[in-house]
Amino acid sequence: MSEQLTTVDGRPLKQALASAERTKRIRAVLLVMPLFIFIFVSFLYPIALMLYRSVENPLIAQHMPKTLATLEDWDGESIPDEETFAALAQDLVKARESREIGKVATRLNFETPGLRSVITGSARSAGRWEPPYKEKFLDRRKEWGELETWATIKRLGPTITTVNYLAAVDRQYNVDGEVVMVGEDYRIYVDLFMRTLWMSVVVTVSCLILGFPIAYMLASLPLRHSNLLMILVLLPFWTSLLVRTTSWIVLLQTQGVLNDLMVWSGIIDDAQRIQLIFNAQGTVIAMTQILLPFMVLPLYSVMKTIPPSYLRAAESLGAHRFLAFWRIYVPNTLPGVGAGCLLVFILAIGYYITPALVGGQDGQMISNMIAFHMQKSLNWGLAAALGGILLVGVIILYWLYNKLVGIDRLKLG
Amino acid sequence: MITKLKITTFVAAGALALGAFAATPASAADSLTVVSWGGAYTKSQVEAYHKPFTKKTGIEILSENYSGGLAEVKAQVEAGSVKWDVVDVELSDAIRGCDEGLLEPIDPSILPPAPDGTPAEKDFIDGAITDCAVASIVWSTIYAYDKKQFKDGGPKTMADFFDLKKFPGKRGMRKTPKANLEMALAADGVPPSEVYDVLSTDAGIDRAFAKLDTIKDSVVWWEAGAQPPQLLADGEVAMTTAYNGRIFNAIAAEGKAFEIVWDAQVFDMDLFVIVKGAPNKKAALDFIAFATDTQRLADQAEWISYGPARKSSEPLIGKHAEAGIEMGPHMPTAADNFKTAIQNDFEFWADRQDELNNRFNSWLAN
Repeated sequence: MSEQLTTVDGRPLKQALASAERTKRIRAVLLVMPLFIFIFVSFLYPIALMLYRSVENPLIAQHMPKTLATLEDWDGESIPDEETFAALAQDLVKARESREIGKVATRLNFETPGLRSVITGSARSAGRWEPPYKEKFLDRRKEWGELETWATIKRLGPTITTVNYLAAVDRQYNVDGEVVMVGEDYRIYVDLFMRTLWMSVVVTVSCLILGFPIAYMLASLPLRHSNLLMILVLLPFWTSLLVRTTSWIVLLQTQGVLNDLMVWSGIIDDAQRIQLIFNAQGTVIAMTQILLPFMVLPLYSVMKTIPPSYLRAAESLGAHRFLAFWRIYVPNTLPGVGAGCLLVFILAIGYYITPALVGGQDGQMISNMIAFHMQKSLNWGLAAALGGILLVGVIILYWLYNKLVGIDRLKLG
Repeated sequence: MITKLKITTFVAAGALALGAFAATPASAADSLTVVSWGGAYTKSQVEAYHKPFTKKTGIEILSENYSGGLAEVKAQVEAGSVKWDVVDVELSDAIRGCDEGLLEPIDPSILPPAPDGTPAEKDFIDGAITDCAVASIVWSTIYAYDKKQFKDGGPKTMADFFDLKKFPGKRGMRKTPKANLEMALAADGVPPSEVYDVLSTDAGIDRAFAKLDTIKDSVVWWEAGAQPPQLLADGEVAMTTAYNGRIFNAIAAEGKAFEIVWDAQVFDMDLFVIVKGAPNKKAALDFIAFATDTQRLADQAEWISYGPARKSSEPLIGKHAEAGIEMGPHMPTAADNFKTAIQNDFEFWADRQDELNNRFNSWLAN
């Protein structure tokens, strides 16, 4: 026991082994480093940035510091006094000179519609005004005499804010600072989240129902037939998403191939052509076809590994064919089913192009709203909040899947 | 595919803040990037502005397309990696971009006077020159129908567009509240001059949406300007709102039997702006001054039926460069077409667009 094992050159074996291991580890780390850096720069960092954007709110604090300071002790029940108006005049004039007034105005306008022109208009005039300011502001725009205007400015004072997340679930602060639902005619996101979830579930289930038999057939046919059929699964998979979506428009539109066929064969009258696309069902149809390979491929790879002898054994022990299939085969495919469903569902929930093209009025999903706020309304904070909620939703689902099925059982191929 | 798309977006977002990804644009002084809306419209600009400009100055013009909005401009400015020089934008974006510091101010004194010596600021129509932008054209949202579908006489007024009994069939409309609300009120009997007064009240907004409700189930929504002529040609809709130039192009270049209804047209302007920190600012200013002179604006009107933003250009407009059609009567600003025109109220939309977009989207979904 006392004698230590050594290598040929006399180093203790333990040490030599450890150093060999260390070199290996370092090499491994160095090998994954490029990928890790890539993922960090192109994925993790932007996501962190997006989440930060959904709560950051520096504009008002930066450009209306004096106004905010005087509003600190404001009771919220009466129009502020001259001191606040004087501070407001200074802030507005300064923000106008630095050409930042538009950003301030836009930010406030997201919160309380109409404030944009109140801010920019007053800022234009305020440069020419002499004290006292209160009357002049009130004359210029009646909004300065409304508590809501002041409550909005004060509420957006802190540099970290929750208003984007509230807006993303159809809620807002009222004058008293309580969280309330927005007006009935203006609610949109909660329903949209629900619809996105619902449509993703429908697409996933449709993919499973359509994909399972295909995968089963592919897995049980002899290789030379199944390879040929596999091409049929993969060809659309390799075809551009836009091309496939547009082909669905050609097929399904009211003057399209399917309707033409039905009219020609007399199933429907020319005047009663069916609206198959530019609505929710069109989106579901197109998305199901586009996502189908993501279901078939994991299913196929799992089914391929199930030895046919299992089924034969069950049958030889007296099980009916159907029972053997249901009790022996299907449970063995579950890792594939889980992987396929998870993959399709997560892809579906963030789907953008297809709903945008064929969604019409009721087939839009939450990602279309995110794109709208990124590209059109430029309300990036709200877009980030909507994206953040979507991200958390997906993570919860993933966690749930891990709990129920176990992520180690996930088989993608 | 989708993952890839998403990652690209994230990369874009990341690059934006990092600024590290931002490849410094090669700011070759002998080229200029001009961004516009594509299709027949960009073609008219290339023929009337770009080619003569390159001929005169030797500066190459790279023409890029986009689909409107300030998102890309904002991304470029915030990332400190500006690749675009001149952008063709709508009035609302010109004002908003200027307010938010995304655009370079343009000194109107660089603009040449009219041939008769009228200074540029008097020669341009009202509102065509702003702090950061110079207008080139007046365009209009109108509605159009295919004559083949209405053999016994087509619709004549905005009210007809909303009349499903008299003129059955699907309607195409742009998927945005802008222009649709104005048209709905006009169809409901509000005189053009009072449309925005009515819209400024909650009752007025309710009234506009109630009018839209009457045809909601028959509407096919479009988003890109190229869609409505296609929808008409395919017979997907009986009539559709559209940009007048696109419909004219389908008539002139493709020989379609479309007819434009000018009643209650909603007109707007397109303006040239320079992105803040543009790599070729000097050339960009030269280009804008060149492109918006009297002759150039008149030239453009011979390629597409958008009205020139200068009064002095009007008499110089001739026939369509390819189809040989007299352009005058097809301009939004022609007297016969202009009687009931509604001018898009920028202030109104800048203030209310977020709110009304929400309401519109909520209305659409339910």
